[in-house]
Amino acid sequence: MADGNLVMQGGSARPQGGTLARLARKRSTLAFLMTVPLLAVIGGLVAYPFFYALYLSMLNKRMTRFIGLENYTFLLSRETFQSVIWQSVLFAVGAVIAKALIGFILAHVLHELPSKGQRKWRGMLLVPWVIPPAVSTLAWWWLFDPSYSAINWAVATIGIPPVAWLGEPSWARFSVILVNVWYGAPFFMIMYLAALKSVPDQLYEAAAIDGATGWQKLRHVTVPMMRNIISITVLFSLIVTFANFDIVRILTNGGPQDKTHIFGTYAFQVGIQSGDLPLGASVSLFMFPILAIFAVFVLRGVTRRSKEMAG
Amino acid sequence: MSHGISRRDVLRAGAAATIVGSSLAAPHVHAQGTGGRLALGLWDHWVGAVANDALRAIIMDWGQKNRVEITLDFITSVGNKNLITIAAEAQARSGHDVLSFPTWMIHDQQRLLEPMDDVMGRLTAKYGAVNDASAYLAKIEGRWLAVPQTTGSQFKGSAARVDLMKQHAGIDVQAMYPAENRLGDAAASWNWETFLTAADKCNKAGFPFALPAGTFTDATDWIGAMFAGYGANLVDANGNITIRNNDKVRQVMDYAKRLFQHIPNEMFAADDATNNRALISGRSALIFNPPSAWAVAKRDAPDVASQVWHFPSPMGPASHTVPHLPYFFGLWSFSRAKSQAKALLEHLSQIEQVQKMVDASVGYDIPAFASMFDDIATWRNVSPPAGVVYNYPVRAHHKAVPGIAYAPAPAEIAVQMYNQGIQAKMIARMVQNNEPLDRVLAWAEREVEGFKRG
Repeated sequence: MADGNLVMQGGSARPQGGTLARLARKRSTLAFLMTVPLLAVIGGLVAYPFFYALYLSMLNKRMTRFIGLENYTFLLSRETFQSVIWQSVLFAVGAVIAKALIGFILAHVLHELPSKGQRKWRGMLLVPWVIPPAVSTLAWWWLFDPSYSAINWAVATIGIPPVAWLGEPSWARFSVILVNVWYGAPFFMIMYLAALKSVPDQLYEAAAIDGATGWQKLRHVTVPMMRNIISITVLFSLIVTFANFDIVRILTNGGPQDKTHIFGTYAFQVGIQSGDLPLGASVSLFMFPILAIFAVFVLRGVTRRSKEMAG
Repeated sequence: MSHGISRRDVLRAGAAATIVGSSLAAPHVHAQGTGGRLALGLWDHWVGAVANDALRAIIMDWGQKNRVEITLDFITSVGNKNLITIAAEAQARSGHDVLSFPTWMIHDQQRLLEPMDDVMGRLTAKYGAVNDASAYLAKIEGRWLAVPQTTGSQFKGSAARVDLMKQHAGIDVQAMYPAENRLGDAAASWNWETFLTAADKCNKAGFPFALPAGTFTDATDWIGAMFAGYGANLVDANGNITIRNNDKVRQVMDYAKRLFQHIPNEMFAADDATNNRALISGRSALIFNPPSAWAVAKRDAPDVASQVWHFPSPMGPASHTVPHLPYFFGLWSFSRAKSQAKALLEHLSQIEQVQKMVDASVGYDIPAFASMFDDIATWRNVSPPAGVVYNYPVRAHHKAVPGIAYAPAPAEIAVQMYNQGIQAKMIARMVQNNEPLDRVLAWAEREVEGFKRG
């Protein structure tokens, strides 16, 4: 019986000790005690910092006075922060779309490979994702280096003039998105590959009997069957990409002219480097409500679809 | 069977001990015969183990003689770990007793720092006044809240190639700033206009000056010195914004536009290592830097190193400012070892110790007391070439002043302008985007207005 409130099976009916002893014998108490370490970690490393950051974001610069939402309204009035919002959205949405598309294509290519060779390719394609991003971003930085760019050296051999990858605003934006896509696409690939493998072959066979083309199979069988995993990976990646720090920090430090700053790097510059912790906390929390609402809708959709499929 | 002590007795005794322990305010008692404990978190020197070991040896020796138990951590500034440590200890009101505070952090943490007037009073009585940049950064409302630190403090004057400057720009930098206490004839004309002509000629010869113009400190520091040279303050000492109707700002912006015609566009993306690499690889005739690039060249490119010469940055129509980036020893007000800490910091500031630190860093480290420069032999002896760093410290005969970008603006505004590289961005907008000057100045004014928020 799965009722956690019942006394352990096989136990004596005779009451032993007082309320405390009864409580200790309950399964739910035991379960709670076993989750205490995890709850402590989440409480200490997630909940407490979050609420502390929320509290900080409502203090004045000297942290001596409660000012409510003044930091947020101040930020919204700043030209630089307005462009940080736009750049963060461009960075996160652009990178996630590219990662999802590349991951989707790679997953299909891998899925079609014979299983013997598939493992080798899968391993190789996962390499960008398993290298610590700070290390791989440094390698990219060398490729983009203002003076000694290896990419420029390569393209110069075919007569293309050198590009200021990190020095010219639009190229710098492209470069930081490119590195994020390079790093994150394998995650999409592996998730989509797992989803593809779980689509029953009978559905494709049935579609083939009905005369469906490859495109129709993709549109009416594959995508609907993968919709939940697509939603979850997009949500997860969007949150992680919005919170990105290391790629921009290493490649451009937010420059040139603040054109590549995103929430994480701008929060660091304002909060830690310029000594305005409350404003830095406000920057870092800025996207939280929007992402939270987005997450609620996406997860509700996932739950609904799961119920439909189960029904 | 009789037990000597039961489990219940142990629990009772433990509980009683806990109550007694928490009820009584136990005084901070040192073990007999010791001078207490002192925890220091010092900057992890770029020069590496040699400089750290020299500092460690001085501190441990002092600890042993004074029976103070020392805990010493070297905290890197890579990834701003030192800033994060300062912020964390300030929030926790706990951690080290003494920390190395970079440039702006004394102002930032002023409410949690112990006044150092007693220590600084004795030091200035003995060694004379501290340079203005250090006083601006660590003397707040007439009180010293930190002691200038030799390790890590640096100037960022010119580091130029003797051969390339002579061959392509016609400037003999060794004759201009010889390794002795006098100026060469050409020093009088070492100004920003001469600099621009030299930049043009060296660029045409394929050895452009590597002048970063991003938001890293090397860019902020030299651009700040250039603005100061023209007297172009964005904010005055009273916190008033002086941008749009300031002829000096317009003058320096006009100059910057002309100068950047001869600086590679890639410099807008340069970080603090880009200029070093340009000099070390032999691709640049001049950078603004402490002798770290020369030190690496000495190891990796000795032919280049033997042609490097350090001397002040150019003078402007209003002042001859050389970029200065000092570090400070700060003592937390929550420390329990204030007297020991002050004694140690005073000891570290004596010329005997300073000499050892300057030696270990091959001349990189700079004491805040200019009176020490002639008594420390390191800058005379370091080579190649002989005297390469003699003019690296700003000496009296240079008639220059060490300056920090954005001074004399109130520090709480200046630090934000500094970290956001406002002057560099103004130049980038004008040069890269071709924005009209008025629009650039209006943008800068709006940005700086935001920094005035209390």
